[in-house]
Parts: sequence; C-alpha cells; structure tokens
Amino acid sequence: MKKDLLSISDLTTDEIYRVLDTTEAMREIGRRPIKKVPALRGKTVVNLFYEPSTRTRTSFEIAEKRLSADTLGLAVASSSTTKGETLADTALNLEAMAPDMIVLRHASSGAGHLLSRICRSRIINAGDGTHEHPTQALLDAFTIREHKKRIDGLKVVIVGDLLHSRVLRSNVLLLTRLGAEVWVCGPATLVPTGIEQSGVRVSTSIAEAVAGADVIMMLRIQQERMQGAFFPSLREYFQTFGMTAARVALAKPDVIIMHPGPMNRGVEIASDVADGPFSVILEQVANGVAVRMAVLYLLGGGQEGD
Amino acid sequence: MVDPANQRDGLFDVLVDGDRIARVGRDLQVQSDVTVVDLPAGLVVCPGLIDMHVHLREPGHEHKETVATGVAAAVAGGFTAVACMPNTNPVNDNAGVTEYILKKADEANLARVYPIGAVSRGQKGEELADIAELKQAGCVALSDDGHPVSTAMLMRRALEYAGMFNLLLIDHCEEQTLKADGVAHEGFHASTLGLRGIPGAAESIMALRDIVLAELTRGAVHIAHMSARQTLDAVRWGKSRGARVTCEVAPHHFVLTDEMLDAPVPYDTNVKMNPPLREAADRDAMLAGIADGSVDVIATDHAPHHDDEKHVEFDRAPFGITGLETAVSLCLDRLVHAGVIALPRLVELLSVNPARILNVPGGSLAEGAPADISILAPDLAVTVSAKTMRSKSKNTPFDGWTLRGGVAATIVGGRAVYVNESMGLGI
Repeated sequence: MKKDLLSISDLTTDEIYRVLDTTEAMREIGRRPIKKVPALRGKTVVNLFYEPSTRTRTSFEIAEKRLSADTLGLAVASSSTTKGETLADTALNLEAMAPDMIVLRHASSGAGHLLSRICRSRIINAGDGTHEHPTQALLDAFTIREHKKRIDGLKVVIVGDLLHSRVLRSNVLLLTRLGAEVWVCGPATLVPTGIEQSGVRVSTSIAEAVAGADVIMMLRIQQERMQGAFFPSLREYFQTFGMTAARVALAKPDVIIMHPGPMNRGVEIASDVADGPFSVILEQVANGVAVRMAVLYLLGGGQEGD
Repeated sequence: MVDPANQRDGLFDVLVDGDRIARVGRDLQVQSDVTVVDLPAGLVVCPGLIDMHVHLREPGHEHKETVATGVAAAVAGGFTAVACMPNTNPVNDNAGVTEYILKKADEANLARVYPIGAVSRGQKGEELADIAELKQAGCVALSDDGHPVSTAMLMRRALEYAGMFNLLLIDHCEEQTLKADGVAHEGFHASTLGLRGIPGAAESIMALRDIVLAELTRGAVHIAHMSARQTLDAVRWGKSRGARVTCEVAPHHFVLTDEMLDAPVPYDTNVKMNPPLREAADRDAMLAGIADGSVDVIATDHAPHHDDEKHVEFDRAPFGITGLETAVSLCLDRLVHAGVIALPRLVELLSVNPARILNVPGGSLAEGAPADISILAPDLAVTVSAKTMRSKSKNTPFDGWTLRGGVAATIVGGRAVYVNESMGLGI
C-alpha cells in the first residue's frame, strides 16, 4: 500500500477489497467482551483535527484504542495554531517526535498532501476541505455490500450539495471503480464543473435520479450556501430535492437510504425517512469504527512492506 | 541579428559608441581602438527585451524581492528594461514612491525600470490617483494590477483623464463576484481536487467592459496577463472595430495547463497564480494568438513570493510565480523551436511592441538608438535551477525543466550588465 491514504485513488482495487474484507474481522472484535487486539501495540497515532467532528474523530479514537495503539488527540483550539503556527511548522514539530501515523482533518483541500511532503509518518486523510474523505467512502461501500452483497451494477444516487462535498468525491471514485452506476443529483448551481468526466450521470431532477435506485445517499446542506445564492431557501430546497417517503417510493422496494451525517432533518432528508425502515444511517456509524480499524491496521503495521 | 523594426534578419555588425548604437551594417570597418567581439555562430543579437509586467515588490515587500534583485534577475533573463507594477506598500500612487523606485533602479544600475503608477488612490478603486503627478515623476502607464479597475465609471474616467497625458491603462481583468474566493481555474481538475474555481468568464467579461469603454473614450487599454480564449476573442473583436486595445500573455499561460494542479506535485502552490492556469483549449488559443498576431506582447507577470508564504495549504498561498529568468528559454523552446513563430515575431512580442505600447525607447537597433541589446542563444541547453536564480524568490513551477534556448548576454546603454559565464564569450 502507498504510504498515505489521502484519496481513494491511492488504493488499488485489490486494496479496496482487502480493506472491506479486513473490516469484517475488525467488526467481530467490536462484538467481544474485551474489545482489544495488540495489532498496533507500541505504535503512536496522532489525531490532528483542525475542524470540529463528532463521528469521525470518536470513530478513529475508538478504532485506534481497540488496536492497542498509543493515541493522542491534538486539540487544535488549544494548540499553538491559535498563536499563528502554520500547518507546515506544526508538522515539522510533530515529525520531530516521530509518530507512526497522523490522522488529519483540515479545512483546506490538499492539507494532507502538504503534511505528507513534510512528515514520514503515514497520513490518513479524515477529511480535507472539499476534496476527499476516503474512510467515509470505504465505510459507505462496506455498508452497501452488507445489504446488497455486491457493488457492481447497482444504481447508486448521491443527492445534495455536490460542489462542497468531500464525501461525494471519495464516493464517486470508489463506487465507479467498483462498477456501480453512479448518479449525482442536486441544484444546477451545486454541480461541480466537469463531473461527468468522472463517469457519473448528472441530473437536476430528483424523480429521474431516484427512479429504480438501489442506494440513495443524501448529503448535508449548509445554511451558508444561501448567502452564495446557490439556492433560494432551505424550504425550497426541501421541496425540490428533499428525500421524502414519496420519493423513496420511486426507488427499488429494497432501497437503502444513507447519510454521512450530521443530518439536517427537514432539509435534505425528512425525519420519517431518516428514522424509517430503509435507513441504514446508524449502521454506517457503527461500521465506521471497524472500517477505520481495518485502514489503521493495513496502513500501520498489519501489512509491512508495500 | 534579428531586428524586425529595421527589417534586418541576418548577419550584421553593430558598432556601439558610449551608450548609443553608432552604426549597423555588414562587414563594418572600424578603427583599431575599437573592441571587437566576435560572437560565435548561432547566437542572435536583437533589440533589448522589455518585460512590461513585473512586480519588484519594493517598497514594502523586500523579503520577496527588491528593485536591485529584481533587475539582476531581469538582465540574467535577457531583459534590458522592465515596467514595474504599483501594488507596493505604500502603493505607487504618488511621486514620492515613483522617485524612490527610480532611485533604487539607478543605484542598481542594471536594467532600466519604468514605473507603472496606480489608477486609483491606494489602488482602492474609489478616487483617481494624482495622475499628472505620476506622469511627471516618470510613470509610463497606469494600473491597479492585483485588482481590476473597480467600476465601469472609474475605468471610463481613468481612460479619459489618462488620455490627456498619453498614459496607457493596463487592466487586470477580473469580475470580482465571479472570481469570488476562487483559487484555481474552474474546471475538471479543480473540481476533482476540491479547489474553488475561477471561470474564464470572470476575465473575459471585464476585458469586454474595458474594450467597450476604450471605444467610447477613444482611450488606450492594455489587457494584462490574458489567459482565457474568450478574452482573446474579445480583443480581436475590439481591434476589428478600431478600439485601441492591446494584450499580453505570460509564458506560463501558453506553456502550462490546469493539469499541473494534480501532477507532478498535487496542490503545488508554485502552480497557483491569478489568472490561473486554464485548460488546454485556452493554452492552445494563446499559442494561436501569438502566431496570428492577435497577441501583442509577451510579459512575465513576475510575482516573487517568499518560500514561507508559499509553503502552506493551497487555498492560503498567495497567487503568483516568478518569470524573469525563465521567459526567454520558454519562448525559444516552446514558440520558436516548436515552430509556432519565427525569431522576428518573438522580437516583436518581447521588444518592439512593448516599447511602442509603453511609448518608451527601444525595440529597435537603429543608429542613434540607446545601445540596449539582448544576445540570445537559441540552441543553448538550459536546465532551470531555482536555487541559482538571481531573484530573491524561488517560486517557479519550472524548476528542473530542460529547455532549448537561453541568454548569452544583456547590454544596457552600451554596458554588458549580464554575461553567461558558461559560454566563454569574451564580452
């Protein structure tokens, strides 16, 4: 495997399947009374989170502890960043203490690439700006495979603020690689330029997009987007693109509804859909720990030598 | 010798007396007290190259560049003169700053420096700067570069007012609400990398505004650092209607594309500039415009930044790359050797036209003209090395590139201010 996991494109298709298969074993560990294996004992992992996070951060910490790693959360708000220390200098200082792995979440796309050029530590991208969130896409793929037994040939629809979503970019790379028929849907103002070149179908009609879908993945809509005139109001957004029970009924009868979280109930997704029988949203969260254990294990010592 | 202004393209001798060109002809007979320099075959003698768009950063940003280091870089790059932009600190919107820059240039005594003054006071885009004062102090043109001239109304007034003093308006064309907080060309690569996009339309909309106003006022406007194919189409349209519009392209916009955002170095901040590297169709359009005459000038937009400033996340890095010491090699390799244009056209783009557009001496090796001469080596094998550059800053995407073509020597006012040591020329 490559030194870092910054993008889904860093993984070969074989490696993707290896992560998904290893996740099964890791999930089993989470079901034991003693949820611990010594795989990463003696390894130091630093969680460098420049952006707030509930799911991802907790998920990584639990995963690291279950693998017996020495885990360290760098609270950016109380770090020298508030004194104006740059990411590059923070990286140099960390590098001097030689952690084995750094899990980075940052507001700037490409922050992980900068870190990787400075640190010999293995870098796991936990979300960089609007670029990628590889472990999210991996846990999404794992969840889909759990329910559908395969990924290739499925119609997967991703709906929401495509332009600003790192979850979208990682999922598009991963799902197209594994052979899914990927559709992306959202207001025309939020469709990234050139996305058709990534092998996806683009639609601004929710009805067309979800017709016969096997998987519907909702993305969060941010309030701030109204200031950029991307759409007129949350109300209109919900009316035009919100996932309601009626729209779910247009998909396949065994469709699964996904969301990376956090959700804005009543904006991109109706509450009854979020909590309904087709929703696998909380499973995604549970799978997140196992997937991250697999990634940490494979990147950090479970498979020495590329 | 390639001197298109005087229809010369062949073997000629040039006699320099003091700071002037005394005589040009074939097999000149000279007196014994004259130093004779026999240049090896293959070199090209042409009127001194003029870079009409550089940022010398002094006063205020001396950690990036000073006038002294800037002109040292210029002559090493084959340029005998540069025109420097006013976005210094303080802004060059008054005689004091203009005179300061000229003083520093005199002290360095290398390339000639022609200051460009601000259009608006403080470059704030509200009131006109003291344009008559700037002209008197020695400014050759006006620009709010770094920003566009903020409103159509101000641009109109500036064109009318500056027209009285025969001062050119150079505009950094950018519709600011479309550019917003974009950091890279709006296209497939920026989308994939999660970088906010700047559409080509942001540039062409403003260029059209300026061309329409130039027509309205009969003023002269020069489109700075053109990058988008639509902008070039707009310039052609304006020229066809008789508008006084000219335009320049920087080497990076006819050599590179937005593919560089992703490879070889993903998120390389040395690939971040404004206007950004655009797609292949835009790059190819610039080449076509260079070939068919629609492009008037090649200018580098030399924008030095300190390493510390560029060694950050892509969206936080300042825009700009250096250009003075890579321009000639890129032009020779990617234009002349690539068969896009011949040497006489290159000399027009780098010397004849800038001199004419800025209304400064140069662009010609006529008898009596200042002895500003660039000696180029079209077949010299060059490996770009940021480390050895004379510019204070090393922010170039071309580090390590091997190119065919370089500079043999640069002569300003009869003095050899730069000689390429590796060539053993005896100058």
